[in-house]
Amino acid sequence: MSTEAEVVEKVEKKSEPLFSKKNRKLVSNPLDIDNPVTVQVLGICSALAVTTQMKPAFVMALGLTIVTASSNVAISLMRNTIPGRIRIIVQLAVVSLWVILVDQILKAYVYDVSKQLSVFVGLIITNCIVMGRLEAFAMGNKPWPSLLDGLGNGLGYGMILMTLAFFRELFGGGSIFGFKVFASLGIPYQGNGLLLLPAGACILLGVIIWVQRTLNGFREAH
Amino acid sequence: MENIINIGVRSIFIDNMIFAYFLGMCSFLAISKKVKTAFGLGIAVIFVIGITVPINWMIQNYLLIPGSFAWLGPEYASMDLGFLQFIVFISVIAAITQLTEMAVEKFSPALYGTLGIFLPLIAVNCSVLGAALFMVGRPYNLAEATTFGIGSGIGWMLAIVALAGVREKMKYSNVPAPLRGLGITFILVGLMSLGFLSFLGFTL
Repeated sequence: MSTEAEVVEKVEKKSEPLFSKKNRKLVSNPLDIDNPVTVQVLGICSALAVTTQMKPAFVMALGLTIVTASSNVAISLMRNTIPGRIRIIVQLAVVSLWVILVDQILKAYVYDVSKQLSVFVGLIITNCIVMGRLEAFAMGNKPWPSLLDGLGNGLGYGMILMTLAFFRELFGGGSIFGFKVFASLGIPYQGNGLLLLPAGACILLGVIIWVQRTLNGFREAH
Repeated sequence: MENIINIGVRSIFIDNMIFAYFLGMCSFLAISKKVKTAFGLGIAVIFVIGITVPINWMIQNYLLIPGSFAWLGPEYASMDLGFLQFIVFISVIAAITQLTEMAVEKFSPALYGTLGIFLPLIAVNCSVLGAALFMVGRPYNLAEATTFGIGSGIGWMLAIVALAGVREKMKYSNVPAPLRGLGITFILVGLMSLGFLSFLGFTL
């Protein structure tokens, strides 16, 4: 054990490689034991609201990943010059700049999806994942690990989003990415309207958390 | 007048911020373990939404919509500052939250002590920014926007107090270990949301 620790320390001292074990963990942890949605309880609002279909869910996940990663880098570059008292406002300003960019790009290239997402693109600003990562990680780390951390958390969020959207679109509307699965297989299928309701999303997310925690053994103190 | 009551009832029950739009879920789930703190946070949220929605309504209608600078001269008539919406709204919300925090600290230190860190967190409560953005998408006038804001806040408070009540009781029930905490809470919120669906189609 002790030799292992020494090795790790040595690696860290000589300017660690770009994809060291620690850096890879930054991306892989949020996918599993440190998932932003199911473990850290962040970014729930949009995870439930945009997942009735897979296409908007995918665009949302992409948008959030870009915003988290790039504002993580921006804040990390400025972290030593931001006065502690006004850091929330500085963070919000940086995040909203990136969100405005994403919003304008969506409006320009995928207008119908942008209409479907309605206020939820704007709400990336107050998405707790972005703020949480800025506060917890980017304020105390260098730009490169911050970028990886942002990407990892965006992907972890995207993973849950896509899982939710997959089940909701498949069993609620009988299609995947707008492709009518049951109809093309010739199976008559009556869509389950409950899954398209917000209530169905909540219950489904509860079940996903149950499955994930049964698999990885994470338990919450009562 | 009837219209205003209608908007109020709609925003509290039918278009409930939590059960219909899932806005403000983060603090809703995190701070719903005790009824007392849930109630305090609910009051603070009503206050902040009730103030920020009318302010943002005025900013939107007098500064941000296209042509709002026409009085400066004809060359400004086509100016459209709409793209600044997000950053302006969030700044107003952050500033009002900061003010609320300072006011509560000054006038009621006891309440300030109970709420603690939850007060600054209101700035990133999705329901506050969400209410502002919904208000823009609907043709409200100032009185209607104010009613909508306060109604949304009341709806949010109702939801968080109700959930806190159920969670306090749930301490005594035997939940499967992996489902404990977050998992069962989500299923609970889903069931409560189904209950709120019964208000659907209800108009005054």
